[in-house]
Amino acid sequence: MSELLELAERIAGQAAKGEQIEAYASRGEETDVRAYEGEVESLTSAASAGVGVRVIVDGRQGFAYAGSLEEEVIRETLAEARDNAGFATPDEHVGLPGPDGRAPATMDLWDDELVAMPTATKVELALELERRVRSGDRRVRQVASADYGDIAGESAVATSTGISASSRRTICSLSVSAVAGTGSDSHTGVGFSAGRGPADLDSDRAATDATERAVRLLGATKARSGRCVVVFDARVTSTLLAVLSSAFSGEAVTKGRSIFADRIGQEVAVAGVTLVDDPTDRRAFGAASHDAEGLACRRNVLVDGGVLAGFVFDTTSARRSGTASTASAVRGGYSSTPSAGCRALALTPGALDATEILAAVDEGLFVQSITGVHSGVNPVSGDFSVGAEGLLIRGGVLAEPVREVTIASTLPRMFLSVLHIGSDQEWLPGLAAGQTLAIDAMTLSGS
Amino acid sequence: MPGAAVLVETPVIERVLAAALRRGGDFAELFAEDRRSTSAVLDDGKVEELSTGRDRGAGVRVVVGETTGYAHTADLSEAGLLAAADAAAAVARQGGDGARVVGLEGSWPARPNEVVVFPEGVPKATKIELLARADAAARSAGSAVSQVSAAYGDSRRRILVANSDGVLTSDDQVKTRFSVSVVAMGDTGMQTGYETEARTVGFELFDLVDVEEVAATAAGRALSKLLARPAPSGELPVVLASGSGGILFHEACGHGLEADHIAKDVSVYARQVGEQVASPLVTLVDDGTVGPEWGSFAVDDEGHPAQRNVLIENGILTDYLWDYLRARKEKRQSSGNGRRQSYRHLPMVRMTNTFLLNGTEDPAELLAQTPSGVFVAKLGGGQVNTATGDFVFGTTEAYLIENGRITEPLRDANLIGNGPEILRRIDAVANDFAMGPGTCGKDGQSVPVGCGQATLRITGVTIGGTSGE
Repeated sequence: MSELLELAERIAGQAAKGEQIEAYASRGEETDVRAYEGEVESLTSAASAGVGVRVIVDGRQGFAYAGSLEEEVIRETLAEARDNAGFATPDEHVGLPGPDGRAPATMDLWDDELVAMPTATKVELALELERRVRSGDRRVRQVASADYGDIAGESAVATSTGISASSRRTICSLSVSAVAGTGSDSHTGVGFSAGRGPADLDSDRAATDATERAVRLLGATKARSGRCVVVFDARVTSTLLAVLSSAFSGEAVTKGRSIFADRIGQEVAVAGVTLVDDPTDRRAFGAASHDAEGLACRRNVLVDGGVLAGFVFDTTSARRSGTASTASAVRGGYSSTPSAGCRALALTPGALDATEILAAVDEGLFVQSITGVHSGVNPVSGDFSVGAEGLLIRGGVLAEPVREVTIASTLPRMFLSVLHIGSDQEWLPGLAAGQTLAIDAMTLSGS
Repeated sequence: MPGAAVLVETPVIERVLAAALRRGGDFAELFAEDRRSTSAVLDDGKVEELSTGRDRGAGVRVVVGETTGYAHTADLSEAGLLAAADAAAAVARQGGDGARVVGLEGSWPARPNEVVVFPEGVPKATKIELLARADAAARSAGSAVSQVSAAYGDSRRRILVANSDGVLTSDDQVKTRFSVSVVAMGDTGMQTGYETEARTVGFELFDLVDVEEVAATAAGRALSKLLARPAPSGELPVVLASGSGGILFHEACGHGLEADHIAKDVSVYARQVGEQVASPLVTLVDDGTVGPEWGSFAVDDEGHPAQRNVLIENGILTDYLWDYLRARKEKRQSSGNGRRQSYRHLPMVRMTNTFLLNGTEDPAELLAQTPSGVFVAKLGGGQVNTATGDFVFGTTEAYLIENGRITEPLRDANLIGNGPEILRRIDAVANDFAMGPGTCGKDGQSVPVGCGQATLRITGVTIGGTSGE
């Protein structure tokens, strides 16, 4: 058993009669390197650890956390959590899960090669990435940032109700931002590559992506306002799915904060849309053997052939809606309590790849990146309005570059207006896979 | 010496800084932090949880030429700090002589305002009670209110900064916030409303702010939008209500004036000092000393006292925002804008409270003289690409203007524009200045900021709605 799990069990083991305790402990080491003009701009190396404790007495929950694993601090934290529990409103649905008999998927999310990699090699990766972009296309005049980053982390959760689970993972990434053009015709392009270990990193692809994305926007202008087909780049689709994921949260549903509440069994999308959250797919960056409450992760179908099929639940939200947890508890680290959420969303791929989708669409707007997602996409009201840049689609191929426009619709209408889902699925850092996605009849606001 | 300084004893600080420079280097810094926070959330009619937390640790920074090394630790013992110093010093390749002595000279600037009631001394039950009052007020605002969430939060952040230039200083930052989020249900579906009050003060926030009013404002936003029509699509004149739209300047030019973007030539405002970059009505200030505002402090996270910086004066760009690193390169002083989210982060150039100074027009007159357009009563978040100057920001309460009068409510939409263009299109600024709180994100770090402006008009902004004009 890992040291961290032992520690979590020791805390959970202190539960008094009538009291439930959950201890979540985590620790990690990370390195970040930023290169600039052939030099190391910054090198950060860090180790952090902490613990979060939930105490539940008579349906009242209290929580406390600390950024330390020292015995004395942990004692204080448990005492605080106990004290805090006295101030919550009693709620019969609040409680910790017990083991539900599901075996966790066997998953190796740890790369020893990364852990053993010397800092000098990490520095060289960042320098090399910057060099590739600088020595490439002459139209790239600046590299705003070129970064290498990695994290090796471990977490453990134990409860007085018999849960005991731990896992560890590594992630490393390269990312670069290229600037092409000058003055008001400046454009940025971001490229990245990420994986569990150094063998997954593709510096050339990150550099090429950043360069191509910046350069192809040179000369961009506002497009004419009107309705059109919008084709989202795979990365943008991943971002959109991540934002939309909160509408599938069982907690949002039971509290009346989801456009999908009360719509199970109804057609919410065109027949080609099947959306699944499957953290047991090890290719996903959000892959996990256990959820944040220590239950074995499983595959959950959210939309099946256009019909709303299910939501994701943690223990409390499941009890509120009279169902069982789908092992979808997530948490933002030791300093926050669990809530229901997705980890590995993906649309079932369609028949066409990106090029074929452009050809099929013939006329429209290809969107390379979007801005204002958090201010412009509301999963409660369904309103959707974001800033966009990209290229016009003419005669089935990419044409003139476009900037400073918005695209708008509503989420329910967009689901019912899906034209094509790309066959080009790729797992990207974050909650969701990316793939090209074409949506009909969006409003473009430009000149 | 104020309390924060005891986070690390002075002789230990001196030994840690010496160790950090052992292998050479131009500059070393120790940043220690002890943060305690409380938050409480009421949702769906129930107090769901009361949460308390503590984070404590230190970071050591070593600068060698153009390179910065940084390491942090949660272990504030001398051994822990020396290990961090050693890790940060790894970037120094030339091998120094180990003989550098750092003489520290303490200075302890006062808080921008006195804290009257420290939140840690307030009973937890008193904090919780605010939530129930807000819940009741929001629910009584209308039968269409279907869900309410209220959140209370306070934090006390003690920091200590010492560096090899001899700086030794500390700050003790107390912040309190309260927010309410409402969902209303009508024939056309659900709408959301949100309002927040957040200041750099203690529990006396609630002498200044009525939680029932915060709740009523949030509920009012959700309710008014139940009757809203889709926002228009296309370019229209926009009137921003006082205090609602400071985020516009934060995005449209604030980020572009940060010296790190300037140094890398990835800002549209690079090489523009002395140039007319905005309408002559625009005087833009960044000021970390404004009493209780959300972005205020006594010293920044590099130990430099907060100060008032005029960035744009009557439309002419006068200066950028500076942290230690960028200022040193230009052989000038920091402007007190070196900030970081926590001891786990490197400091960066950041805004504090950024605002446009008052104009002279009467706000009602200004509106009456706007034949048509959109009146934005409240803006949500925004985002900017500093290299292109293109930015977006979202409305959370907006109305149509017809014949100089506010008429129908509009559904939420993003507005998009180009910073330098929008600044030139400001053709009227009223005399009803107000400020509000925000959270600014940059490179993965979040810090509290203030934003402010009087009612003003922009002659044309692209509105990203769905309805044809």
